[in-house]
Amino acid sequence: MSSTAGSSRPAAPVDPDVDLHAPAQQSQRAWDPAVLGAIAVGGVLGAEARYGMSIWLTHQPGEWPGSTWLVNTSGCFLIGVLMVVITELASSPHRLVRPFLGVGILGGYTTFSTAMVDVQQLAVAGREGLALGYLAATVAAALVATFAGATLARTTGAAWTRRRGPREPRP
Amino acid sequence: MTMVWVALGAALGAPARYLTDRAVQTRHDSLFPWGTLSVNMVGSLVLGCLTALTAHLSPTLTATVGIGFCGALTTYSTFSYETLRLLEIGSRFYAVANVAASLLGGFGAVGLGWTVGTWVT
Repeated sequence: MSSTAGSSRPAAPVDPDVDLHAPAQQSQRAWDPAVLGAIAVGGVLGAEARYGMSIWLTHQPGEWPGSTWLVNTSGCFLIGVLMVVITELASSPHRLVRPFLGVGILGGYTTFSTAMVDVQQLAVAGREGLALGYLAATVAAALVATFAGATLARTTGAAWTRRRGPREPRP
Repeated sequence: MTMVWVALGAALGAPARYLTDRAVQTRHDSLFPWGTLSVNMVGSLVLGCLTALTAHLSPTLTATVGIGFCGALTTYSTFSYETLRLLEIGSRFYAVANVAASLLGGFGAVGLGWTVGTWVT
């Protein structure tokens, strides 16, 4: 990936979890115990939150799977916020922030497999229209939520920087 | 008790996603998010099969492998963020291809897993 010409900040990665184009991640060992530990702990927390939501918001076969939809939409909003904070706003975030919050918590919280099984189960229950609607609503809401999260973080960050003034110390 | 099994599955699933993503990226130097697509397809296949077998499996196994492992192995947030990033950097084709491949592939993977699961029983 190349950064946009004239842009002052480096290009943010496409993959929020692993981007081997980034030199800092290239040098990182794959089996770094601290990174894997942060991902595992974050993954457990995210999965428990998702499981809690599924108990709180149950659905019967053939019904709209509201819990998975809400989990994926909220998780997508949060990854939008997180990635802007990490790649654009924070000057040097701790190396475990992204593995813990992004790869771990948000990765463990959101789920692609359950969303696809939900679609298939609706189809099996004879609700083909609802299945298609759910499939479209999930991906549309995910993209809009990610964009909204990133935009909100960007505008809030810009307003904050304006109020605080430029970072350079005065002469 | 279910919470413990979910935790066990997720503690394995989330690092497995990271390591797979890394391994795939090392082999394919491409902007297209092959790593995330791979884990999402594998997870959908396994969960589809597991769903067909639910009646014959112990709730412990379903919680560990289904809710914990497959749930944490697959991710919607990364898929969505990658698609948005591809749009932002002007790779509209890759973005559309990523959504199409993920949804069609995911649905196909679940169907395949489901078919195998019902065939076995």
